[in-house]
Amino acid sequence: MTIPKKQLEQDWTNLETVAGNGLLHRRAFLRGGAALAGAVTGYTLVPSAAAQQLTDDPWSLGPGATVPDYGTRSRFEKDVVRTLSNPKAEPRTQHARTPHHLLNGTFTPNGLHFVISHAGDPDIDPEKHRLVIHGLVKQPLAFTLAALARYPMVSCMTFLECGGNSAPLFSKEPIQASVQALHGLVSCAEWTGVRLSTLLEETGIDPKAKWLIAEGADAPHLSRSVPVTKAFDDAIIALYQNGERLMPGNGYPMRLLLPGWEGNMNIKWLRRIQLTEVPAMTFYEARTYAPILPGGKAYQFYFIQEVKSFITHPSPGLAMKGPGFYEISGVAYSGNGRITKVMVSADTGKTWAQAALQEPVQSKAFTRFRVPWRWDGGPAVLQSRAWDEAGYAQPTRAELVAVRGETTRTPPVTGFPSQHYNAITSWSVERSGEVKHVYA
Amino acid sequence: MYTRKLGRHVVLTIVLGTSAAFAQAPNLGKPLNPAEIAEWDINVLPDGTGLPPGSGNSADGARIYAAKCAMCHGESGKGGVNARLVGGDPIKDMESEKTIANFWPFATTLFDYIRRAMPWRQPRSLNNNEVYALTAYILSLNKIIGENDTMNAQTLPKVRMPNRDGFIIRFPDRL
Repeated sequence: MTIPKKQLEQDWTNLETVAGNGLLHRRAFLRGGAALAGAVTGYTLVPSAAAQQLTDDPWSLGPGATVPDYGTRSRFEKDVVRTLSNPKAEPRTQHARTPHHLLNGTFTPNGLHFVISHAGDPDIDPEKHRLVIHGLVKQPLAFTLAALARYPMVSCMTFLECGGNSAPLFSKEPIQASVQALHGLVSCAEWTGVRLSTLLEETGIDPKAKWLIAEGADAPHLSRSVPVTKAFDDAIIALYQNGERLMPGNGYPMRLLLPGWEGNMNIKWLRRIQLTEVPAMTFYEARTYAPILPGGKAYQFYFIQEVKSFITHPSPGLAMKGPGFYEISGVAYSGNGRITKVMVSADTGKTWAQAALQEPVQSKAFTRFRVPWRWDGGPAVLQSRAWDEAGYAQPTRAELVAVRGETTRTPPVTGFPSQHYNAITSWSVERSGEVKHVYA
Repeated sequence: MYTRKLGRHVVLTIVLGTSAAFAQAPNLGKPLNPAEIAEWDINVLPDGTGLPPGSGNSADGARIYAAKCAMCHGESGKGGVNARLVGGDPIKDMESEKTIANFWPFATTLFDYIRRAMPWRQPRSLNNNEVYALTAYILSLNKIIGENDTMNAQTLPKVRMPNRDGFIIRFPDRL
């Protein structure tokens, strides 16, 4: 079906705007029927001025490549990669950040899931690995991977977020960087494994046990204390990530998964769980993941990754190609449950349009939100704000800074001035089409 | 459907706590005795639970430090390619540098972390006396203990760290 260009423009420019600077109703596509649906995505459909004679390309004129035994993406996608903070594995932590601006949907491919390794990824032989549960239990037990693989399993779509994700936004001045650099330490996957409560039922637990101390088989033997109530809520020993066994950087062959809780607590390469009356006050909970407040006190046991959203399209590095139709989209998530609403503004928060949420909206998982937008080519500031089913609203940056503070100097974009930043992110769209990070 | 039914069943048995449930569990874990766990049983709690026999003092710690730690943490803990271990101004805000002296709430964390994670390239290569000695050396450098004090399972938990009361539990209802 062809629609004359003139008619196309008439159709989409007549669509109802629901908020300032050209935000359209979230169901504009659905309400308009087929012709309109074609029309609103028209900026890619508008015929080019020069005639184009369609011919068969070389790949259509002969057989293609041998199908590989483990598939990899097209060679044209080779630039869709994580960014590495320590590519030569110097004696410090390595960070690999997810390129959210080059992805869509709700789950993160395994090769692009964010990774933080404090002393590299161990090369674990799954035949030799053991998970030991001991301490305040009736019977200490050791489980092999083969044994765990025979237990009843559950699957859950769950985001994992480093407690330090988005830390560059504590900077006094907005740091010009991509959404990958600013928010790349969060990802979302389907995790499959055995409920921790199933294993604790077999060891039996002493009623005095209030905490569990989980430990990895990596070089730092990374350990964190977790309230035992989380084990009976939704904790699992994850064996599979998006259907295949865990990636080495994400904890192969097994990790603790605590949906919605600080990434560092989701112990990778899990080898031991000790039940105790009190927390261990490990290095990572007593020192590292204890954000300092103005005045000098520090939060302890933050645990929850609170409600948050950010726009991935458009975002810095994805230049706008002239006025016309665009879809604003991003991800929203909350460690307190399901996302109930996302609002989007294109006029610095003066007016807001409700975004469409991609179904199914799952608890403690990425929810993709979308709003159709007719950009008139003028300056615009894009923001998203999310709400969760526990009743929490994502704070503005001013609200968060009033409680948590900000830096006095501009830190490096890879730095972590503080943790647990979940306020609104603002992107300024310039007349040139460039997208910048701003505070608004 | 199969998995979902099993999942509900598991939740139900926890709520009821019936002994009948155990018979239906897979029971594929191998029982362990304490001797088998000993090598891995390295968690140290703030009250000293888990601290092993042995002891060490600052003078011994200084020798071990020079040989195994100074290349990253600098001479006398002054810092190098990795964090300094001595000093630190009082914590004021998020730009304050967190150090052992100005931030860490418990001295037991020092023993626990050195034993499980240090030296960075050879974790678990230090014996318990060496870990006690390094702990004593670092606490002594920071003047938190005296330079002749010995650290062991009895003395270390009694060391009071300067910032012990510097913390606010974020969500008390979650604990």
